[in-house]
Amino acid sequence: MDKTKTWQEFLLDYALYIILGIMIIGVVIADKSFLSMNNFLKILTQASTRGILALGVAGLIVLAGTDLSAGRVLGCGAAVSASLLQSMDYASRMYPNLDTSHPLFLLVPLFLSIIVCVAFSLLNGFGVAKLHMHAFIITLGTQLIAYGALCLYIDSQKGGAQPIASLDKRYLELVNGKFFGVFPHLILFLIICAVVMWFIWNKTTLGKNMFAIGGNPEAAAVSGVNVAKNIMLIYLVAGILYGIAAFLEAGRIQSVTTATGTNYDLDAISGCVIGGVSFSGGVGTIPGILIGVVILQVINYSLYYLGINAYLQYIIKGLIIILAVAIDVRKYIAKK
Amino acid sequence: MKAMNDRQYILEMTDIEKQFPGVKALDHAMLKLRPGTVHALMGENGAGKSTLMKCLFGIYKQDSGSIFIDGMETAFSGPKNALDNGVAMVHQELNQVLKRSVMENIWLGRFPKEMGLVSHKKMYEETQKVFDELDIPVNPKTIIGKLSVSQRQMVEIAKAVSYNAKILVLDEPTSSLTHEEVEHLFRIINKLRDRGVAMVYISHKMEEILQISDDVTIMRDGKWIATESAKALTTDKIIQLMVGRDLTERFPPKTNKPGEILLDVKNLTGKYMPSCIDVNFQLRKGEILGVAGLVGSRRTELLETIFGIAHHESGEILKDGKRVVNKNAKDAIKNGFAMLTEERRATGIFGGMSIQFNSVIANIKNYRRGLFLSSSKMREDTAWVIDSMHVKTPSQKTHIKTLSGGNQQKVIIGKWLLTKPDILLLDEPTRGIDVGAKYEIYQLIIDLAQEDKGVIVVSSEMPELLGICDRILVMSNGHLTGIVDAKNTSQEEIMTLAAKYV
Repeated sequence: MDKTKTWQEFLLDYALYIILGIMIIGVVIADKSFLSMNNFLKILTQASTRGILALGVAGLIVLAGTDLSAGRVLGCGAAVSASLLQSMDYASRMYPNLDTSHPLFLLVPLFLSIIVCVAFSLLNGFGVAKLHMHAFIITLGTQLIAYGALCLYIDSQKGGAQPIASLDKRYLELVNGKFFGVFPHLILFLIICAVVMWFIWNKTTLGKNMFAIGGNPEAAAVSGVNVAKNIMLIYLVAGILYGIAAFLEAGRIQSVTTATGTNYDLDAISGCVIGGVSFSGGVGTIPGILIGVVILQVINYSLYYLGINAYLQYIIKGLIIILAVAIDVRKYIAKK
Repeated sequence: MKAMNDRQYILEMTDIEKQFPGVKALDHAMLKLRPGTVHALMGENGAGKSTLMKCLFGIYKQDSGSIFIDGMETAFSGPKNALDNGVAMVHQELNQVLKRSVMENIWLGRFPKEMGLVSHKKMYEETQKVFDELDIPVNPKTIIGKLSVSQRQMVEIAKAVSYNAKILVLDEPTSSLTHEEVEHLFRIINKLRDRGVAMVYISHKMEEILQISDDVTIMRDGKWIATESAKALTTDKIIQLMVGRDLTERFPPKTNKPGEILLDVKNLTGKYMPSCIDVNFQLRKGEILGVAGLVGSRRTELLETIFGIAHHESGEILKDGKRVVNKNAKDAIKNGFAMLTEERRATGIFGGMSIQFNSVIANIKNYRRGLFLSSSKMREDTAWVIDSMHVKTPSQKTHIKTLSGGNQQKVIIGKWLLTKPDILLLDEPTRGIDVGAKYEIYQLIIDLAQEDKGVIVVSSEMPELLGICDRILVMSNGHLTGIVDAKNTSQEEIMTLAAKYV
């Protein structure tokens, strides 16, 4: 098979990357200033929180499931983080009596954000593992619950529904700061999460079991894998990543509203799919996911950079996702 | 108290009874297995072989009767529990994680670890050790989905060995293997026998059973019928015990008479290799044409190309002297073709649907009455399928997956007959079907030919082709290497032709 690989097959296998490569070259030709270190770091920074979210969602796709709630869940975690870290001198703080001056207090909102996100994610996991619901349905339900909870929380402010803003300087520095004034912290956080996830996926029993369950749940079960428990654990890991992403995202956008997190799940899923995580389950790699997320962000950014109509941007992104999946599926079709 | 004098048995299942709603699946079933032997477990489908094995592995709990392993009464909670206690099963349909590596499949559920992390090195070495012992030429790092069925089966046996299994159940291990692969499998089985492993060997292939097994237990209708030394048995004797009557003839009398030319296939070549290459043959009305060849000889691909579900590159097909083009199955059905696929469960039946649904589905547009489908017409046709194919079923509403393989196959043949085909393409029509039901399928095929239909039968069982066909096409690696007259040929001649391009 490998020997007889024709150039058509080569084109098909790498079609997505070739098309995206051509697109990027097109952007560079249209505007040479696109190609700069500054832009490159900006793209990576923007991709960072979504990348961490995608690392969580990817495990669920490998399990042959999905997560439609990730974006709204992230919104909840972001609201919790932001509300606890508004600057002390901001008059309409959500918790006016909260003393946040202790240096280690920064960890409290991170911790709470993780707890909130893990709770939602475990609800999804429970539906999939114990109630044997399809991930699509349970996460659709969770998405609505999380959105409702987010709106209620934001609406509970004294002044009514308003963005949770004016965040603590230390928080903003932690999230948006740069090492040596050049290398953004956010990129480092993404790299740390990716390395940890790479170990979990490739070097731990949990990771191996995840691929086995996604590839053939019955074979996993008869080999003595506790399928339900492992599914719950993968959802737990996803929840932790959502919590971290939520904490960072709130600091990055500096203002949390009811719209925060909208469609982030779709971006994360698109990134995974572009990066070769198969919806049929059991297939995916961490580097692939990172590449997928970055490519998606490059498209986003370059469309914006070229000043393309915002509505047209949606259409182009939609087409790219369809193309990605169509090509991915073709690889697995045996031709007759 | 009995334990002492029965120490010669590693496994004893005695007086096992299991009642399902409406059926007594096991009725005083018995199996006694000696260490270091291969024990064939035989019986028609529905005789209770798999139910008995499910009781052993704790998938079912028997109503009464007891299971002793090494003289100790045992009741496993499930396959994993059995595996941990050295009782393993290699299923006919291999249950593996196809996208992962060989070694991961073997160590799934108990990965070797080093400092909390999975150790690939240890996993590789342990796997290689087992493979070396058993002489299995497979790289442990290969993705298992890329292996052939026989290699995957060997991996599964190696997995059992890695669990130090002392009892190994092999369920129809050779149903999709070539002659060479069977020989290799038998070498492995012999090695395990020398090491003292006791094996239960479930198969329908008489010749193999007489070759490999030491003891044979025969079951019928959930009952123990006989346990004999394989040396004392013959094929005829086994069949007689299995069906409970003398089957003097394995095949029904051939009453069909080939007539004028019905189908003319010229220079047919498939578009995507592997497929058939430049195949020429003719099929007559009322003729049963066999297709022989080794696994990988592309017999299925030939049928698929004729039927239009595989693309053809060149060549043409004439039916009654007129050119027909089957671009897809819909065209083929319209042109009077019908095809019974090889993988019954995967592509033949809609398991969770009723017999009625399965009977009418290929012909559904003929039941349209305005916007809706005519229930009475569908009931009528389904009744015809059940009656004329002799399908044993409680009702039309029964889910087809609850029927035995033979009865499922009859429904599928009936389904195709409802489309009023002139040419039937049957791919392994008797695979996984017991002896009694096979005879009925043969009779059906001959009856169809007698009605002037042309029938093409692909089969891996040579005696079957010799028994029911008029002529036999022999394929080798996509090429048609010869057409022989079934009456004047031998298995040797066919094997020689089949090996021509290997």
